[in-house]
Amino acid sequence: HQQYIGKVKQAVFHTHKTGRKRVVASTEQNIIATLDLRSGEIFWRHVLGPNDVVDGIDIALGKYVITLSSGGSILRAWNLPDGQMVWESSLHGPKHSKSLLLTTNLIIEKDNALIVFSNGRLNAVSCIDGEVLWKKDFEEESLEVQQVIQPPGSDFIYVVGFAASSQFQMYKINAKNGELLKHESTAFSGRSQQTPVSNLLEDSPGLAVIIHSSVTGIFAIKTDAATIFIRVIGEGKLEVVEKTNHETVVSDALSISEGQQAFALVQHAGSNIHLTVKPAHDWDSNLLKESIKMDQQRGFVHKVFINNYIRTDRSHGFRALIVMEDHSLLLLQQGAIVWSREDGLASIIDVTTSELPVEKAGVSVAKVELNLFEWLKGHVLKLKGTLMLATPEDIAAIQYMRLKSSEKSKMTRDHNGFRKLLIALTRAGKLFALHTGDGRIVWSHLLQSLHKSESCRQPIGLNLHQWQVPHHHALDENPSVLVVGRCGPSSDALGVLSLVDSYTGKEFSSLRLVHSVAQVIPLPYTDSTEQRLHLLIDADKHAHLYPKTHEAIDIFQSEFSNVYWYSVDDDNGIIKGYALKTKCSGNVADEFCFDSRELWSIVLPSESEKIITTATRKLNEAVHTQAKLIADQDVMYKYISSNLLFVATVAPKASGEIGSVTPEESWLVVYLIDTVTGRVLHRMTHHGSQGPVQAVLSENWVVYHYFNLRAHRYEMSVIEIYDQSRADNKDVWKLVVGNHNLTSPVSSYSRAEVITKSQSYFFTHSLKAIAVTLTVKGITSKQLLIGTIGDQVLALDKRFLDPRRSVNPTQAEREEGIIPLTDSLPIIPQV
Amino acid sequence: MSNVKVLLNGGQNITFLRPDGYFSFHNIPAGTHLIEVSAIGYFFSPVRVDVSARNPGKVQAALTENRKGLSELVLEPLREEQYYEIREPFSIMSLLKSPMGLMVGFMLAVAFLMPKLVENMDPEEMRRAQEEMRSQGVPSLSSLLPG
Repeated sequence: HQQYIGKVKQAVFHTHKTGRKRVVASTEQNIIATLDLRSGEIFWRHVLGPNDVVDGIDIALGKYVITLSSGGSILRAWNLPDGQMVWESSLHGPKHSKSLLLTTNLIIEKDNALIVFSNGRLNAVSCIDGEVLWKKDFEEESLEVQQVIQPPGSDFIYVVGFAASSQFQMYKINAKNGELLKHESTAFSGRSQQTPVSNLLEDSPGLAVIIHSSVTGIFAIKTDAATIFIRVIGEGKLEVVEKTNHETVVSDALSISEGQQAFALVQHAGSNIHLTVKPAHDWDSNLLKESIKMDQQRGFVHKVFINNYIRTDRSHGFRALIVMEDHSLLLLQQGAIVWSREDGLASIIDVTTSELPVEKAGVSVAKVELNLFEWLKGHVLKLKGTLMLATPEDIAAIQYMRLKSSEKSKMTRDHNGFRKLLIALTRAGKLFALHTGDGRIVWSHLLQSLHKSESCRQPIGLNLHQWQVPHHHALDENPSVLVVGRCGPSSDALGVLSLVDSYTGKEFSSLRLVHSVAQVIPLPYTDSTEQRLHLLIDADKHAHLYPKTHEAIDIFQSEFSNVYWYSVDDDNGIIKGYALKTKCSGNVADEFCFDSRELWSIVLPSESEKIITTATRKLNEAVHTQAKLIADQDVMYKYISSNLLFVATVAPKASGEIGSVTPEESWLVVYLIDTVTGRVLHRMTHHGSQGPVQAVLSENWVVYHYFNLRAHRYEMSVIEIYDQSRADNKDVWKLVVGNHNLTSPVSSYSRAEVITKSQSYFFTHSLKAIAVTLTVKGITSKQLLIGTIGDQVLALDKRFLDPRRSVNPTQAEREEGIIPLTDSLPIIPQV
Repeated sequence: MSNVKVLLNGGQNITFLRPDGYFSFHNIPAGTHLIEVSAIGYFFSPVRVDVSARNPGKVQAALTENRKGLSELVLEPLREEQYYEIREPFSIMSLLKSPMGLMVGFMLAVAFLMPKLVENMDPEEMRRAQEEMRSQGVPSLSSLLPG
């Protein structure tokens, strides 16, 4: 079990007292967490809601962590040691604005106070119980407050900001009661000198961005080529202090002693990073300069936070917490990396599994001899353990050895196929391989193709596909995965592909495509090296075949007429099916590109239906029994077709949150569509129901979960679809002697008669995800794996969702194992 | 207490508990909403909350599992979640019912009851039976039948 926090946005250190040194961090995933500074372990963390973005955190009174979130509306205080929420208060204001949090040492009526500016209003809040002590609104309509400053040791605070007419406003407010003391405003044109920035930049082209930092007197401008540091001297005069070509990140200011401030610079140079701490007033002196070797796989440094401590010889030492491009978090102290956390795994986009290598029989004699000493040491340790003579370090070593050699964490396949590699693509563009035995990271690779560069400004990873899974022909090759991404947020941005070896993690091929990627369709054909052919459909509905080899073209041409795909347009409510035509023409033509023609389209009435969910079968699922035996020695044949598509639509008004519409105004319509012919096999309406819908389709059934507004409970429904055209084959004589169509393949061309059965049940939990288990030999019954909103996994036997359940089952039905019908699905943990 | 979250409407709003167990949601529009509690180890029924549009601040709540109305919004767990199979507690009866227990029981019964059956036979019959057994060697079914 592993916990992650995500990419850190803000961090506050807590290292004053002796004892545990902590750092409190808030992340982009709306998580607040406390980490141990010695080891990087999480003490506690809280996951806030998806809309609850954390705007600011700070530590007050040495024991409370104060967080401001949801655009400045919610202020919470948490107990620092254990994360228990102490109080929560809701702040309202007249308009949206930047949110600022300032902890002060003010004591108003015996309570320590916090000053919060949110939603256009200035509040003073008590630290102990969250009560708002006073509020102040500003008369200036268009005031944009930039900073709230409290000069040390005084009883008033300054609020500075800009008004619409580029007037600089300064308000001085009595902190005890919110009274306005002074109000000054200066127009911008009064600045004595405006040195054009371009003078300083000289020949650096590109966009210039001012790096945000709270250091007084120095600011930095970043362009594509270099970073320039500029100091303010005298009356608005600017002076270039330093110009560097490396990627640089600047931290906020830290006050290290009375009146002195320091800040840190981190620069990337090849495989090293240089950490420099300078005092704020004196650029040329360095308080600290270290150079640390950094793993190239982490990318560039994105953020740095510094903290100081007093060394034994009374000088200042610094430690720095840095956030890297792959979202990982590292602590640097005294020239070395103390710990690191792989928090990129907090934002995984897609996962696929890969088999481990086959175990090679036999161990060479040489290996045994080399390890003789280790073996002896291991046995001595174990002996010491049993005789109770072991020291704590010995016990730790014994545990470690036991874990390393246990069955779970071996790097080879096991008999039942439980040990696999999970390959995960994260939002940061990094690929991780995790071992399913103990969750350790086997390899990780920052993808070059998804790296921010000039040609690809905003790389976004899309999904992972199995590219090469060697079975029979090419057993000595390693399996590999295909990573598909695109270079921008819109759907017609150019795509990028990467092929990564699953055992070693090396990216052996990366392509920048000349077309966009709208859909990726893995074809059921593989070439002689077991590479699976994929069709990439772009925004103009052209299909491109990968890998671009002649062999692939030959295999593809022979199956040309059998390739169909579909597209779902959520916004317009149109589902279309396509087949391939000839080679495409145009300027992106090569022999691997094909035109498509539209075969069928289903237009859903947009005034009454809006598509919210679709589901299809997993490709590698095998159906073990074609027929389902029911009571009375009767047989029903399952309609198993891999071209089924399940679509769920709701009334357009009801596509919002739960409880936003009345039951009369909302309904849920589900369809089962055959994607080759476009035939709607089944359609069902649930009145008074609403999404969100989670669905899973497997074999011949669909299970979906939605919200029933009338009963105000969640419901789960099952639809099973059976093939009537084979139902005449129940006579044994016909099977043996006559001709029957049981062995004819299921084809979408034949318009088989289908019948469906369905049923609904109440269900307690709200879901985040739903999936179905696979079985190798078809012996174990299928279970539905349900991920609840409380982050728990429930395994529900499929027999509970059998549409043939009835309230009083007959004797024959009871024999078959049909459970009597109840209105809600029971959650029995042991069953 | 610190790991308990209260969710509104399927996760749109998440709030936490104060040390005294109080929680609050702000700015909820009128209508019907669903509150769920997520606490590891306990099962809470989702609560249907109706916020009245006409009287601001009036809230009615009812459990969805058993349709019980709540006069004040106090949520208690319906039951504890069992994540593991409960080990069956030790009981003498289960020991006796196990195969070893049955075999021992049977042997004890035979050891005590069989002599009682033999006791009731008169000595003549017993001598005759013993002679037959000696002559035949293996007792056959016909010899065991009376008469």
